[in-house]
Amino acid sequence: MPADTSRGTIAAEAGVAKPDPILVADGVQRQFGGLRAVDVEHVEVQRGAITALIGPNGAGKTTFFNLLTGFDRPDTGEWTFDGRSLARVPAFKVARLGMVRTFQLTKALSRLTVMENMKLGATEQRGERFLSALLPPLWRSQERQIEQRADHLLQRFKLAHMRDEFAGSLSGGQRKLLEMARALMSRPQLIMLDEPMAGVNPALKQSLLDHVREVREDGTSVLFVEHDMDVVRDISDWVVVMAEGRIIAESAPEDIGRNQAVVDAYLGAHHDAALSFEEEERQLKSAEQAIAAQREEVQ
Amino acid sequence: MDWLTILQRTFTNAIGQEFIVYGLAAIGLNLHFGYTGLLNFGQVAFVAAGAYGVATVVATFSLPLWLGVLAGIALPLMLAALLGIPTLRLRADYLAIVTIAGSEIVRLVARSPSLRSITNGSYGLSQFGGDFYALNPIPDGRYGIWRITFDANATWYLLVGWTLVALATLLILVLIRSPWGRVLKSIREDEDAPRSLGKNVYVYKLQSLAVGGVIAAFGGIMFAIGSQSVQPDNYGTPLTFFAYCALILGGMARVGGPVIGAAMFWGLLAFTENTLRNAVEAGYIPSGLMDTVQVGQVRFMLVGLGLMLLMIFRPQGVFGDKRELALDAR
Repeated sequence: MPADTSRGTIAAEAGVAKPDPILVADGVQRQFGGLRAVDVEHVEVQRGAITALIGPNGAGKTTFFNLLTGFDRPDTGEWTFDGRSLARVPAFKVARLGMVRTFQLTKALSRLTVMENMKLGATEQRGERFLSALLPPLWRSQERQIEQRADHLLQRFKLAHMRDEFAGSLSGGQRKLLEMARALMSRPQLIMLDEPMAGVNPALKQSLLDHVREVREDGTSVLFVEHDMDVVRDISDWVVVMAEGRIIAESAPEDIGRNQAVVDAYLGAHHDAALSFEEEERQLKSAEQAIAAQREEVQ
Repeated sequence: MDWLTILQRTFTNAIGQEFIVYGLAAIGLNLHFGYTGLLNFGQVAFVAAGAYGVATVVATFSLPLWLGVLAGIALPLMLAALLGIPTLRLRADYLAIVTIAGSEIVRLVARSPSLRSITNGSYGLSQFGGDFYALNPIPDGRYGIWRITFDANATWYLLVGWTLVALATLLILVLIRSPWGRVLKSIREDEDAPRSLGKNVYVYKLQSLAVGGVIAAFGGIMFAIGSQSVQPDNYGTPLTFFAYCALILGGMARVGGPVIGAAMFWGLLAFTENTLRNAVEAGYIPSGLMDTVQVGQVRFMLVGLGLMLLMIFRPQGVFGDKRELALDAR
């Protein structure tokens, strides 16, 4: 794995350059009223590695995901995927280019069967065009191939026995598995998982972790958001830390706990010192400004 | 009580002109709402587009029927683009508001005095079905079974209408079993999922709106030809709601649901009306409580009550799958 061999050479600092990045973001900003939800100066995601994106609640991780995948538009910023600029590219085109995401709240399509969910993931289906849909002989053979691939993936994700059940009858953890398997049906180059382990029981968690590793072995890059530090330490090759919309630190997973900026972000910069009068004044003022700005936005 | 006549009228209504018109409108609605999740409350606009397409071309411009039918297909396609392009990015409830307004705009435009030279305003157009009945290959006489019989022209009309209903049902069956239909269903469930998998959700919604709209427009064409007239006020919002009733009664997201539902809806209306009328005339219902004039309104109340009970005790409709409804992850 390129990630493992080169990890030692990458400096543990925010926005550090990496060899062969698949995703590069520059100056991506997103403002919600007075709140700057995302303000990323520079970040690179390495190809062939598992990169974890962590940060306290409200750090802007999911918003950053939405921006990168075209589900939301940034106010400013440029980012490239595999050397191609993705600014103002709609979400469905981003997915077609090979950058596929999952959602924090799983979007297993309840009233479709597990198999139908899987088949939906396949790209460039002839039968998805309206006119050729009317002529089954045009797409039937392709459909069979897709079904075979789906069966194979379902087996790997231990969902084969649920093949013909409605996805709505799956447990929360199984839905996470299904969503990941469905995303893999499109043969992505980069898969972006938003909290893949949330709400998954420990037994299933272990197999999900194995799956994520397998995905990397198959040559797919992985970027995932996660709160569970054990998971992050366990499988990620590199960790990027966000707080208040910014990338505040990057490092190998073993060293992340020793990073002062990370500790401050999670526990507060002054967790061991009383606020000075001036500092309190300054914080109050900035809060008031934020509220005023929000009001203006509303009006 | 003349039960034979009541039954005769019930069955005649259940397979007659209303069945064909509302059946086609409901089949289109099933594609919109049942499969794609588009809460289209303006289905009547498509029906009107079909009806006015054929009526204006034949009656106003004195052109042949086939051109009228072409116009009856082209107009709803234009309407789908006009209605869909600005609104299909909206969330379901907003789409409902916009489509109901859109359908009223269509009706008001059709009856506007400034268009009198084309649509004849609020008087509408009439006598343009000659070409259709001239094509009738059926010799004179009465056709049917038992006491349900029709003359040659009515038989011709019904055969064409039933064929259209059958073809539309077949079209939906083929489409829904294709990967294209799978994408539609995924949009109904949660449109962000297909979007994240590289499907252009917007285009699929537009296609669904157009296909369902054209199917409904054929209902409009049959409505216009069957009654030999178009009048703008026949194309008000109740038509949309009746089509929804038929759809819900039969079962949503079921290929045969809207067809069975339309037959049941009109059969039920005829049954309650004729039963009540008979009962009033025979004195079973005292005239102080209800007279024969009021029967027309009371039948809607009863059918409405029936629909409420259906929604409470069998929300999936007569042919729906309970399994599909019981699951709702959202």
